[in-house]
Amino acid sequence: MGRYVIRRLLQMIPVFFGTTLLIFLMVNVMGDPIAGLCGERQCDPATAAQLRSEFGLDKPVWQQYLTYMGNVFTGDFGTAFNGQKVTDLMATAFPITIRLTIVALLFEIVIGISLGVVTGLRRGRPIDTTVLILTLVVISIPTFVTGLLLQLLLGVKWGIIHPSVSSQAPLNELIIPGLVVASVSLAYVTRLTRTSIAENARADYVRTAVAKGLPRRRVIIRHLLRNSLIPVVTFIGTDVGALMGGAIVTERIFNIHGVGYQLYQGILRQNSQTVVGFVTILVLVFLAANLIVDLLYAVLDPRIRYA
Amino acid sequence: MRGATQAKWAACAVAVALAATACGGGGSSSGGGGADGIVSSSWGDPQNPLEPANTNEVQGGKVLDMIFRGLKRYDPKTGAATNMLAEKIETKDNQNFTITVKDGWTFSNGEKITAKSFVDAWNYGALLKNNQKNAYFFGYIDGYSKVHPESGSARANTLSGLKLVNDKTFTVKLMQKFSLWPDTLGYPAFAPLPRAFFTDHAAWVSKPIGNGPYTIDKYTKGSSMNLRKWDKYPGDDKAQNGGIDLKVYTDNNTAYTDLTAGNLDLVDDVPAAQLKNVKADLGDRYINTPAGIIQTLAFPFYVKKWDTPGGIKVRQGLSMAINRDQITGQIFQKTRTPASDWTSPVLGVDGGFKKGLCGAPCEYNAANAKKLIQEGGGIPGGRLKISYNADTGSHKEWVDAVCNSINKVMGNNKACVGAPVGTFADFRSQVSQQKLTGAWRAGWQMDYPLIQNFLQPVYYTDASSNDGKWSNKQFDGLVDKANAESDKAKAVSTFQDAERVLVAQMPVIPLWYQNGSAGHSDRITNVSLNQFSVPVYEQIKVK
Repeated sequence: MGRYVIRRLLQMIPVFFGTTLLIFLMVNVMGDPIAGLCGERQCDPATAAQLRSEFGLDKPVWQQYLTYMGNVFTGDFGTAFNGQKVTDLMATAFPITIRLTIVALLFEIVIGISLGVVTGLRRGRPIDTTVLILTLVVISIPTFVTGLLLQLLLGVKWGIIHPSVSSQAPLNELIIPGLVVASVSLAYVTRLTRTSIAENARADYVRTAVAKGLPRRRVIIRHLLRNSLIPVVTFIGTDVGALMGGAIVTERIFNIHGVGYQLYQGILRQNSQTVVGFVTILVLVFLAANLIVDLLYAVLDPRIRYA
Repeated sequence: MRGATQAKWAACAVAVALAATACGGGGSSSGGGGADGIVSSSWGDPQNPLEPANTNEVQGGKVLDMIFRGLKRYDPKTGAATNMLAEKIETKDNQNFTITVKDGWTFSNGEKITAKSFVDAWNYGALLKNNQKNAYFFGYIDGYSKVHPESGSARANTLSGLKLVNDKTFTVKLMQKFSLWPDTLGYPAFAPLPRAFFTDHAAWVSKPIGNGPYTIDKYTKGSSMNLRKWDKYPGDDKAQNGGIDLKVYTDNNTAYTDLTAGNLDLVDDVPAAQLKNVKADLGDRYINTPAGIIQTLAFPFYVKKWDTPGGIKVRQGLSMAINRDQITGQIFQKTRTPASDWTSPVLGVDGGFKKGLCGAPCEYNAANAKKLIQEGGGIPGGRLKISYNADTGSHKEWVDAVCNSINKVMGNNKACVGAPVGTFADFRSQVSQQKLTGAWRAGWQMDYPLIQNFLQPVYYTDASSNDGKWSNKQFDGLVDKANAESDKAKAVSTFQDAERVLVAQMPVIPLWYQNGSAGHSDRITNVSLNQFSVPVYEQIKVK
């Protein structure tokens, strides 16, 4: 187990460097960011040159990358164009997005899995069909439509929520945005769980458990669900990274100043320091989530061993 | 105990996640206006650190307008430059000015405002190593090329044209005659700065101290700023409300939604998508007034095929092929006005705006348009490409409409196409590095309400915003002559003569004047926008 973790951690290193390099190149391809700083007019050449050297943009890209990575390892993610440290931006943005992600994950796990279990056990019945149709609807509607619709109905028409989240973004204000972020994944979790449960419901070990006279609750939770959760856990694990990075649209709609907002601003202003910094952290989150998923396999199914 | 360790791993992951929730929560939400006459207003994250000479966009400008007062101030209604902190500005030759500062003004931290507060601030703004993006505002002052050379490092630390006479007085020597120069002093870049700005710059930037009707109570970068009325403000434009809470919105649609839901008092940027509903939603709480912004179509004169004698006819023909009335009505819902000169209605007739100065070349005329373009040798390269940035504004919609209009006239649906560029920064870098070989969308937002500002920086040979590199001796000569004119009316009419050169040459095609649009809640009254399309915050009254 320990060796497996170490091997996985070592594997992360090239992935980490590769992804950050790619992002770095992509941001650089977009052109000269200084040109956008002076509005509709041209920056005067002396100031532009000065700014370029201050942000290190006058050096070749490979040198910029090396300097950047060198700084990252000392915890310095550089400075955004408005003079704020990128680490400061992260300190305000990440907690908010993590909260949003947790709300979304809770929705996925609680609602998604329960619906999946219910429908999986009642295959072909009206409830199964209804939920299947509902999930299809949710999957086919883009998130921004769900978001704007909920915002309009709950926020403007009925006044149940504030249409925009305040800058502190407390948990209670994140419930609806979290539901919106989770919606599509929630539908997938439901479907995955349903299929998996339906498949395993006829497995030998379930029949054995029933034959032993175990209570139905115990059969479902300890035997059936535990074995059926492996694909679901894989999905949810990879979804953590996707939720954090992919909340850009939802964060915009509900005015949440999280990671999506900072990334969007960074891309719009071609602020490579912000974009690369945030993506670097997201890459780490993604890698860590994947590692945790793999480790959870062993918890769920002891037959899976890591040497 | 394999199982146990594995459970610990899982527990650990959960604990980390929970810790993240715990550390961010709490804090009160402050939706809506609330008590004490506080107005809540939408805001965008300023692009640059908040320093007077470093702020060149409207979001930072908004704040400067609330916390700073300079020598002059532009009347929010008429745009006329009137003395604010200046007691008098005198000159005999339109090149050497003596400025006397009024007594009795202080910064909000109690420091007295003297002539030195200005001289130091201007020297700081002009000096190359301070990276101030508005440094060029000081470019008219003698010695600018030493403190801010085009390349290399500065050879002097202060402007030689600035001389401190005594506590109340300083003199300014310009590089050339410029009769309207005192009227430029209302721009925030010319604001005075307190000692604290120089002694503890980091602290100042995190919470700026100024001398305007408001002081900054709390500033959370990137999310909000709370401004409160400064009770000891000595000016006569005291704040008529208790304060302004600026709230950063990532999307102006959300701000608009918040306004309609009653959580926000003021939005100063009604999103294009909502323009159709805005009258029904807000009624007379919707404001749509002219702003000092003109949008144009620019051409690359550094490309040979555009800089031909026949090119004039082609450009005039293209201008006549654009149905401005239809586009401003249908796409912009009348938040733009078809342009018929190269300035803006906010200047007023006395200031140099002249409706219809462009005449026939700016009026839609399909038959003549096609004839002119063909006489001029057709569109260079056979196709007009209009570049624009696709990330903000509704540029795609109108560029497509302009192309449609041109294509209809030409009877060829490939005569004109839009060429989107991903981001504004990329678009600007292509423009400024002269990479564009076709036309592009251009715009000019005035720095100060002067006709000079609409012409000289944009069309004068090698001027800072002459991106198309157009050059015309006659135009340059008339601008120089206008600047040397001591009589204001005469200066304005000479500038208009220069503008007539633009009619004859059509270096850029004027499209439309942009309006400022805003909406507010029924909690507040007396809301208006000034010529820069910024709300006149200090005049807002809370019911």
